[in-house]
Amino acid sequence: MNRYEQYVAFMTILRKEIRRYLRIWSQTLLPSAITMTLYYVIFGNLIGSRIGTMGGYSYMEFVVPGLIMMAIVTNSYANVVASFFGAKFNNSVEELLVSPIPAYVILLGYVAGGVSRGVLVAIIVTTVSLFFTRLPIHNPMLVVLVVTLTSVLFSLLGFINAVFANTFDDINIVPVFVLTPLTYLGGVFYSLDLLPDFWASVSQINPLVYVVSAFRFGMLGISDVNLAFALSMIVVCVVLAFGYSLHLLHTGKRLRT
Amino acid sequence: MSEALKIEGLQKTYENGFEALKGIDLSVEPGDFFALLGPNGAGKSTTIGIVSSLVAKSAGKVWVHGVDIDKDFPGAKRHLGIVPQEFNFNVFEKVEDILTNQAGYYGIPLREARKRTDQFLERLGLTEKRHTRARMLSGGMKRRLMIARALVHQPRLLILDEPTAGVDIEMRRSMYEFLREINAAGTTIILTTHYLEEAEALCRNMAIINHGKIVTNRSIKELLRDLHKEVFILDCASDIPQDLHIEGFDVQALDGHTVQVAIEKGQDLAELFSVLHQRDIAVVSMRNEANRLEQMFVNLLEQPA
Repeated sequence: MNRYEQYVAFMTILRKEIRRYLRIWSQTLLPSAITMTLYYVIFGNLIGSRIGTMGGYSYMEFVVPGLIMMAIVTNSYANVVASFFGAKFNNSVEELLVSPIPAYVILLGYVAGGVSRGVLVAIIVTTVSLFFTRLPIHNPMLVVLVVTLTSVLFSLLGFINAVFANTFDDINIVPVFVLTPLTYLGGVFYSLDLLPDFWASVSQINPLVYVVSAFRFGMLGISDVNLAFALSMIVVCVVLAFGYSLHLLHTGKRLRT
Repeated sequence: MSEALKIEGLQKTYENGFEALKGIDLSVEPGDFFALLGPNGAGKSTTIGIVSSLVAKSAGKVWVHGVDIDKDFPGAKRHLGIVPQEFNFNVFEKVEDILTNQAGYYGIPLREARKRTDQFLERLGLTEKRHTRARMLSGGMKRRLMIARALVHQPRLLILDEPTAGVDIEMRRSMYEFLREINAAGTTIILTTHYLEEAEALCRNMAIINHGKIVTNRSIKELLRDLHKEVFILDCASDIPQDLHIEGFDVQALDGHTVQVAIEKGQDLAELFSVLHQRDIAVVSMRNEANRLEQMFVNLLEQPA
């Protein structure tokens, strides 16, 4: 396939992915809006008003970037894992495998689908948050960069999960038992400065700490970790996840016999 | 001109040690309508799987229109259209989207993809169902959708794995007509089927695969010519004695009005009817006991491996 044909194939996968999650918007877009509204009300207004300030911002302002990032992480991941596993489950993935599309175009197509949903949900929850608080943007470019990289990273992780999953239960295990705890412990609701030194050090191995901190720096200009280090960690994770995903597609592991 | 499909020494051993293909050779000429026959588990679907990249081969070489799949699999895939045995589309998608997406996977721009979608929906009688989600289609319509999908990128080689399984007779006939049309227009077709009359009606050449080996690979006419015996059932108006014996013919009375006759190659049927007439046995109808090809198929499969 020449470059133009690859672009057409990429756009076909992306269009299909967008159509899929828009068709079932009540399952893909609405839940995040409702959940985040509840978070804003409970943690931001009811509890947050008693906490006071954090890092020089009201608790509501502090918590909103983390909650937006949480929505991006879960939605990017969920989109790719559900869509690719679904294609595996009903064998429609064969449409792609027997076609001449290069493996990296297939991967980019699915990742772009995950990123588009992550970004769309981010826009929705950010809009909702504006009803509860003002939202300063310290560095717009950094915000866009972190949102994109995070979305790409968790789309790739969703893809890897989908390749290894054998049942629909398998695609829920990681989000429930890994992603959610890491998100809650990743500094969404608190600053790592509040933790004892030992637990603050342990938190450094949680990749969610870097995406939340980097995003919060983009929004508020405050961060729990060094920004350059946080961005480097995200980029390294993206490169590793992309390489491994591509390897899975090339070798056809769990996709071909 | 290179063969539409050429296979040399193809082997496949699965991880559990099962040898699905034991070194098969196959050659299909461009423009041919070729049947690949064999019982369940013979290796037909494994062969198709390897050609389409869904199964990794253990050894051997495959060329599609001269393109070596080891050197340029994407190039080989461009020539291929596959209609698998099992439905493998997303049942939640609309019929037209399935075709348009498929065209997109082959790099065909959206406008052209939509044009081709219209064309193949029309040709396969699915235009009215274009906005219907695939899960709502009948079994026959799903089969036609799979054929339309395999053709939308206009492949030179179309491989159909049991395309008429579960399709009613009327639909099957219209599908035959359509396949003959596209074959006449230049598309090479390879068909795997359990319906041997289907192979006889559609195909010019055939190969029979059994236990991972090609048992025979010849023209259907040649194969049929080699059949030595055909069995006919004669329905008679008058009573037939149970000990019926006709010199030179292998006859057996099945009941009071039905006779089974095995005719050797070269034997004269007129002679048989003449003897029956002399004995006042009137034959009212005659039919083959079994499809000739089926008989030959069974004979070949019974040969020791």
